[in-house]
Amino acid sequence: MKARAVDKIATIVIVTLALLIVAVLAGLLGYILFRGMSHISWDFLTSAPRKIREGGGIGPQLFNSLFLLILTLLITVPLGLGAGIYMAEYARPGRITGFIRLIVEVLSSFPSIVVGLFGLLLIVNIFGLGFSLVSGALALTVFNLPLMVRITEQAFRSVPAQQKEAGFALGLSKWKIVTTVLFPVALPAIITGTILSAGRVFGEAAALMFTAGMSSPRLDFGNWNPLSPSSPLNPFRPAETLAVHIWKINSEGLAPDAAQIAAGASAVLVITVLIFNLVARYVGRLIYRKLTASRRMN
Amino acid sequence: MQNNETMRVQDRKSRIEKHHIEDLIGRSYMSLCVLLLIISIVSMVYFVTSKGISTFAIDKVSLADFFFGTKWSPEGDNPTFGALPFIAGSFITTLLAALIASPLSICAALFMTEIVPGWGKKLLQPVIELLSGIPSVVYGFVGLSVIVPFLRNVFPGQGIGVAAGALVLSVMILPTITSVAADALSALPRNLKESSFALGATRWQTISRVILPTTLPAILTGVVLGMARAFGEALAVQMVIGNAPFIPKSLFESASTLTSVITLGMGNTTMRSPHNNALWSMALVLMLMTFLFVFIVRLLEKRRSI
Repeated sequence: MKARAVDKIATIVIVTLALLIVAVLAGLLGYILFRGMSHISWDFLTSAPRKIREGGGIGPQLFNSLFLLILTLLITVPLGLGAGIYMAEYARPGRITGFIRLIVEVLSSFPSIVVGLFGLLLIVNIFGLGFSLVSGALALTVFNLPLMVRITEQAFRSVPAQQKEAGFALGLSKWKIVTTVLFPVALPAIITGTILSAGRVFGEAAALMFTAGMSSPRLDFGNWNPLSPSSPLNPFRPAETLAVHIWKINSEGLAPDAAQIAAGASAVLVITVLIFNLVARYVGRLIYRKLTASRRMN
Repeated sequence: MQNNETMRVQDRKSRIEKHHIEDLIGRSYMSLCVLLLIISIVSMVYFVTSKGISTFAIDKVSLADFFFGTKWSPEGDNPTFGALPFIAGSFITTLLAALIASPLSICAALFMTEIVPGWGKKLLQPVIELLSGIPSVVYGFVGLSVIVPFLRNVFPGQGIGVAAGALVLSVMILPTITSVAADALSALPRNLKESSFALGATRWQTISRVILPTTLPAILTGVVLGMARAFGEALAVQMVIGNAPFIPKSLFESASTLTSVITLGMGNTTMRSPHNNALWSMALVLMLMTFLFVFIVRLLEKRRSI
């Protein structure tokens, strides 16, 4: 009888605490969206911020975040694919492979602020790229690469071994098997993982404060010449991203409506991450269905 | 005739076929990627270490003064570089966050795998993914506008401080611990559980005497990974902890962590000044702690029985 009572109490405690986490998330999302949505308007999303007067927007910051994300993915995805394929298909178990695995593990648990400092020293100062989108993208590459390697490796490992063996039986070279047999099967998982990691990159701030900088020059959105300093496309200009902007207005914002701007910008950030999450699921399933005969992704 | 045949064979051997070139290009590309990965971490370790030890090598600050000194006044005629308040702040917030988050995460993992394996997983899996996707500045913002005013109203003090930092961090590391713990619990062989139930044990008896002890190393792995994340988290903590350079005497007192003092100081100091070098030494401490966390995770993985 006593054991049963204890069991009941324990079950209630576990269920309560688990549901508490759901409540925390619901409260968090509800709060961010409730406080922020009222401040989001087309004008807020497109106009430039103002230093001391109210009514500033987040236009350049939003653009910077998206542009930086694209630059980062352009560098990270090819590198991550290469290293990931190596780890999954070519690396033989041994000391070197163990060492690379250790590196990926260490690199993925590095504090992002340390990655930012490293970027400040090497990319900004020694390479002389200054506070720029390129510096930010390179720092984010260091930050995102281990995740990309892991995603690729897992995606390739989950391909059934028969597919590979069938390719060998046909006399294909290993690289041909990797690119034409394994890659299409692994692609949905890679795309899902990449989009999820894009959400992480989009919200990252600590690694960017000292690499992409904390200011944005006046941008002329009619000027699309990538070499002009006022062009939004110039990769060598400093670029404050949305996440850095939220941090900055919370700690040193002078505008009277700083709290509302922070709330609006947080809501934009969270909505973007939510969209990335949903798109990742949907696109992964869609491509899987396109490339294979099965209807469900396992 | 015979001659012709051997010539053809030799010809085939000496000719480099198309797929050989393909293979070679593929291999060299992959080696380049792996090489870049290795270079990035080696240079990171090298630069952080060489900058980090310059406090001791160039500015002649003694190790004891840095690690055990409690007075941090890096500017002025007679600067002191006592980093103990920040080291203490980092450890206190990290441990508190782990103490708050671990029970919650373990319960969530049990809920997903043991209590209601069907819809429990369907409900909590997306919750965990979303929680881990929310950017850290957003956690900081919510901490600043919800947790800090709440603490200010309920407890003595200004609201900002160690308690606020630990609470924000605990929510941030919930997903890490929960997903590792849930993976470990679902990898547990069925027969262990079933034999316990067959002996007449209740579910709680099975959980507390069979499931948790067996999966303990794996769960601890999750806790350590969560602590590593908490220790290195910069902006969310910096926004709510108050940034006073003292060892806190109560939970509701303003304090600093290694990451918060680096965040605030790095932009306002010039390279190679003693103040700047001291900040790099703290970055070195952060890096060494990362190595320690990875080392502990590896030790725990070796002890895993499943």
